[in-house]
Amino acid sequence: MNHAFTHSGSASAAVGALTPEAEPPAKMSAKGVDVYYGDIHAVKNVSLDISKQDVTALIGPSGCGKSTFLRCFNRMNDDIAGCRVTGDITLDDNAITGSEMDVVELRARVGMVFQKPYPFPKSIEENVAYGPRIHGLARKGVELDEIVERSLRLAGLWDEVRDRLDSPANSLSGGQQQRLCIARALAVEPEVILMDEPCSALDPIATAKIEELIEELRGSYAIAIVTHNLQQAARVSQITAFLHLGELIEVGPTSKIFTNPANQKTDDYITGRYG
Amino acid sequence: MARSNSRWQSQAFKARLRRRNASERRFRILGISAVLLAGAALSLLLVSVISNGYRAAYRAEIELDVYFDADLLGIDRSAPGASLEIPASADFRAVLRAALVERFPDTEGRSAIRELTALLSRGAAAELADRLRAEPELLGQHARVWVPASDDVNSLLAIEERTSGTEFTTRLSDQQVARVETLAADGQLKSHFNGRFFSAGDSREPELAGIGGALVGSALTILVVLVVSFPLGVAAAVYLEEFAPDNISTRLLEININNLAAVPSIVFGLLGLAVFLGFFGMPRSAPVVGGLTLALMTFPVIIIASRAAIAAVPSWIRESARGLGASPVQVVAHQVLPLAMPGILTGTLLGLARAMGETAPLLMIGMVAFIVDVPTGFTDAASALPVQIFLWADSPERGFADKVSGAILVLLILLGLLNGAAFLLRQRFENRW
Repeated sequence: MNHAFTHSGSASAAVGALTPEAEPPAKMSAKGVDVYYGDIHAVKNVSLDISKQDVTALIGPSGCGKSTFLRCFNRMNDDIAGCRVTGDITLDDNAITGSEMDVVELRARVGMVFQKPYPFPKSIEENVAYGPRIHGLARKGVELDEIVERSLRLAGLWDEVRDRLDSPANSLSGGQQQRLCIARALAVEPEVILMDEPCSALDPIATAKIEELIEELRGSYAIAIVTHNLQQAARVSQITAFLHLGELIEVGPTSKIFTNPANQKTDDYITGRYG
Repeated sequence: MARSNSRWQSQAFKARLRRRNASERRFRILGISAVLLAGAALSLLLVSVISNGYRAAYRAEIELDVYFDADLLGIDRSAPGASLEIPASADFRAVLRAALVERFPDTEGRSAIRELTALLSRGAAAELADRLRAEPELLGQHARVWVPASDDVNSLLAIEERTSGTEFTTRLSDQQVARVETLAADGQLKSHFNGRFFSAGDSREPELAGIGGALVGSALTILVVLVVSFPLGVAAAVYLEEFAPDNISTRLLEININNLAAVPSIVFGLLGLAVFLGFFGMPRSAPVVGGLTLALMTFPVIIIASRAAIAAVPSWIRESARGLGASPVQVVAHQVLPLAMPGILTGTLLGLARAMGETAPLLMIGMVAFIVDVPTGFTDAASALPVQIFLWADSPERGFADKVSGAILVLLILLGLLNGAAFLLRQRFENRW
């Protein structure tokens, strides 16, 4: 686990990437995003980039709007009655809000892993094959089998389940189920993966496996992760954003946020004075 | 410490505790007696129905040595072979009469012979014709044949069986009773299992009447109910639960559907009468109309059960599927409906069971008719099992009382099977997530 931390610490390239002149185009970019639940102003004027090479962590106390903000990136908030999102969000410089992009296409390109490791109550194979099937990515059995195997390998689950692809997904342990959910998201071959507290329901060993997996996926996918576990953010991310009461307080290289934050609130939070 | 100790030791507290325990016991006793009372009522019903109902499937039959007399029947024997033409005028009654007189040679006079033939059912001749049709080689031969006895003989046997040794009243004359006793003593009068009860249509004669026509009528009706109300009900439930905006008109719709489930069934009958018969001019007494009418009644039940089942599907399943890019319809079709289906089917089966036991709406659309033929299609005149029970219960003949119990037994068994299937579905698919 320390390994991941030193790795993030050595991500000086990420620090350099933040300076405007050397900055590569962000995979996704949010500018001035506000989210309202009815009268409640949950996210206030937040701007944040999700870079292609790095893992971006969103931290903050409960109810600070970090999950709500994350869900804006694949418009999951659209499905919540009374929820309103304003501001500009782009994927490869194309707006994803409004009618410019079909929400089905967006969610295929921006996958999501949820807090609770709940696969569909179907077989392991069907769980992974579901995404490709609904998008028509693979019709034939062999093709689908290949996608299932590749996704399960990527998620580090293949060796554990290769002999029982037909058994029900909820016969797996909690950690395995969460990796299955990641495999399920990977099977659609997304460009971005959003993770909403993916380890909060897992034990430390399963958490470590997920964190290793995130490290392996880094670089191939743009990854954003919401976590309430500060050590986890420090271990897996290169960029950290701190939200408090719906506002983005500070964003920067993880090493800087955790060792030398610019804002007093950030300092108070990471040193455990509240949250 | 001392203070709290004295609080728990005080007389007042102990009295309160005693009162609480006493009320606990009272409540338990009340609950147990309620359960016992309900159980007793149910077993009383079952015992009474079963003890009378099994008799419906039995009938008294008399064994006769019948001579299939070609001349008496007016059948031309010149063309023997497989294709035996039995003319409509063939007088099988005469054959039976001859056989009876042969059995009791001391019978003399027309009235005595009439009394003798009255021991046989009016359907005996028709059954004899069926027998000859099945076995043409019997023509011109003697054969021992069991033919149905009349309702009065059935009643006599039933009464003797029930109140042996005591006085009984019968519509039979002393002479007839003596004949019956002779036949019984010789083993030529026996109670036989009567398959006709399950296959035949209605009849004026209890010993010939069966629930076959009503069963087919009920089956056709229920099929129409299923085909009409299941897809509509599930579609309405999916729309209301998954797609409908949460506004005043949706809520009004919901309230109306819930109220519809509580509308007395006879009102649906009136609606069916006005709409299907009056406006659309559909055929009277037809299973298709009965089915449509009962479908109107079952529809809200299915909607309510389906909505509950759909609402019980955890929201994370929808969220996971949407997160993978499934469209709303795909989320419903691939994830929500398969998981809600056991609950939906349970509700549907219960709704169907209710529709199957319903009489009042069918009365309004003319399915309460004396129908002898077993229906063969959705537009044939038909009755239904509960209506048949209602009709028989209204008949004066003694033998119909047993038929009523028998038909009730069959109806209860069918309803039990439907409810059992619903129970099994629930058990089988419970706690899938």
